Amino acid sequence: MLADKDRIFTNIYGQDDWRLKGAMRRGAWSNTKDILAHGHDWVTEQVKASGLRGRGGAGFPTGLKWSFMPKEVGERPHYLVVNADESEPGTCKDRDIMRHEPHQLIEGCLIASFAMRAHACYIYVRGEFIRERERLQAAIDEAYEAGLIGKNNKNGWDFDCYVHHGAGAYICGEETALLESLEGKKGLPRLKPPFPANTGLYGCPTTVNNVESIAVVPEILRRGAPWFAALGKPNNTGTKLFCISGHVNRPCNVEEEMGIPFRELIERHAGGVRGGWDNLLAVIPGGSSVPCIPAETCQNLPMDFDSLREAKSGLGTAAVIVMDRSTDIVKAISRIAYFYKHESCGQCTPCREGTGWMWRVLERMAEGNAEKREIDMLLDVTYQVEGHTICALGDAAAWPVQGLIRHFRGEIERRIDQYTANAGAPMPAAAE
Amino acid sequence: MAVRRLHTEQPEGFAFSKANLAWAKKEIGKYPKGRQASAVISLLWRAQEQEGWVTEPAIRVVADMLDMPYIRVLEVATFYTMFHLAPVGRKAHVQVCGTTPCMLRGAEDLVAVCKRRIAEQPHEVSADGDFSWEEVECLGACVNAPMVQIFSDTYEDLTPKTFEAVLDAFASGDQPQPGPQVERMSSAPEGEWTTLVELPQKAQDSKPRKAQAASDKDETEHPPPDSPKARKQRKARPKENDKPESEAARTPGKAQGATKPAKRKAKAADTPKNGKKGT
Repeated sequence: MLADKDRIFTNIYGQDDWRLKGAMRRGAWSNTKDILAHGHDWVTEQVKASGLRGRGGAGFPTGLKWSFMPKEVGERPHYLVVNADESEPGTCKDRDIMRHEPHQLIEGCLIASFAMRAHACYIYVRGEFIRERERLQAAIDEAYEAGLIGKNNKNGWDFDCYVHHGAGAYICGEETALLESLEGKKGLPRLKPPFPANTGLYGCPTTVNNVESIAVVPEILRRGAPWFAALGKPNNTGTKLFCISGHVNRPCNVEEEMGIPFRELIERHAGGVRGGWDNLLAVIPGGSSVPCIPAETCQNLPMDFDSLREAKSGLGTAAVIVMDRSTDIVKAISRIAYFYKHESCGQCTPCREGTGWMWRVLERMAEGNAEKREIDMLLDVTYQVEGHTICALGDAAAWPVQGLIRHFRGEIERRIDQYTANAGAPMPAAAE
Repeated sequence: MAVRRLHTEQPEGFAFSKANLAWAKKEIGKYPKGRQASAVISLLWRAQEQEGWVTEPAIRVVADMLDMPYIRVLEVATFYTMFHLAPVGRKAHVQVCGTTPCMLRGAEDLVAVCKRRIAEQPHEVSADGDFSWEEVECLGACVNAPMVQIFSDTYEDLTPKTFEAVLDAFASGDQPQPGPQVERMSSAPEGEWTTLVELPQKAQDSKPRKAQAASDKDETEHPPPDSPKARKQRKARPKENDKPESEAARTPGKAQGATKPAKRKAKAADTPKNGKKGT
């Protein structure tokens, strides 16, 4: 188990003061100027050396992403955009950073902006987080007042930080949709290339990072990249905020070492599965977009990017959704399918039509009102959606359905048999 | 994709209040010159806070302020689902999170309460005009499921019973205490903590928390200055850190055993009273 002294977010539950004074007592802003004195590229190199991978779901190496930004500032200014549009079902970690550790985030914004030679940063907070953005704004005001950010600040890098908010659109968590939204348009993802590092916000070089990725940077630089790299496992280094929800005795957020076994994670911190370990049915280990994993695979499952990929799932945002044997698994995945149907921006046909199609079929399958050949038809549709859209929402909608069919085909068939037995001859359903 | 259309009945006109107008100018100033369109969401949001919903005249006013074609602002208003395109309940518009993590922990029971107490259909305003509800997608408080959001605040770890207590408080014009409705601090586990127990700051105990409770009150944030909702919100701020109940939960090894159920019961019964105190 991670020792408390190795935790980055020591006020994650808000038991201590979130204001500047409390944050400074916990170590924030203590030697920001010395860190910046090492130069732009040193910061990026350190973040690379720490092995930090993006905490927003995709796990792309953060330092490498920063290094894509132009080395010289041309006519166009550089921007840092922080993605605080946390809306992946199961995920609620960035909310805690914003309301309880806002200064770690603001300091991270300054350091990351410095590394990428940006003088302005926009933090895009999801619309529903009203109190969180008020808190964040109050913390930013404090930082301005204390001369930590702003023009001619104590840290020696002119820097402005703005809070921007959305109004309820999951798709704006996709980085180019977020940029469109930030420019005052509908959140429709852009075709890539050009990538944001070349043409991002207002057509300027931009990097979009998750809140947690940015908020851990000051502590990594203070303690040194080797400290962070020594935690976790090779290529999956450091600590991570896990959000444990669903059928556990004590749902909670907790910061743990990457690679912690699933069983240890939930038994130590979340009071175990409701009704005991043997009552576990399945787990969605990384937010609603990743395929579920059945209980048999969970015993020694390490919670990190690479191990979960091997288990044909993903760490995603480390939002662990636990389902016990009382769960109607088909209905649970159908509700996720409805979520993607609701949140599809409608730009690409496979996603706009496919998400609704998958949801309607799953709704019937949850009752058993389907034919067995439709299971393979549904699987085929998921492959037609996956990889055929501008952004990854199509993939995210397809994977949970694939996971369901991979592990619970028997359950779907059982329901179809039961329904058919009760209803007499199967009713052919109209293709929708 | 959700199909969203403007309401059939629209008011004659719309104008931002003086205070909101001044706020809007400041908001536009956050963005580079010529990029004022970036402020469209926050201006529409402020218009909604002022009027209760986004009206067609408001869309035109915002478009004119930002030098945008009307259609672009209409697109934004219909794309983002937090904009109410029709009037909502006066006392509370309840947004029940229905996505899987909340569903697993009983969101459907909360929806049933809404159907029984408010209206059969989502977005339908109750007979007295005070309440409306809708099922929304993940509100991002999954470890505190099931939960609802009412205006700016979230009410978490609900049961049908505690949810009804929250609704009762709104019905009588109060604002109940936001956050977890069980004995628990924010996203920490119920009962003894498993982490953050060996840090030096834990030893300092009550001092910093008291200081914070006091400082929370003078939070300088901009509530929409003149909506009735804002006045109410100003009076009762979320103060998760000064809940005395939470302190017991936070102290390791203390007070979780026999006293817990009794305490929880007392608190649930207290909720409306707490709300009254706040107003």
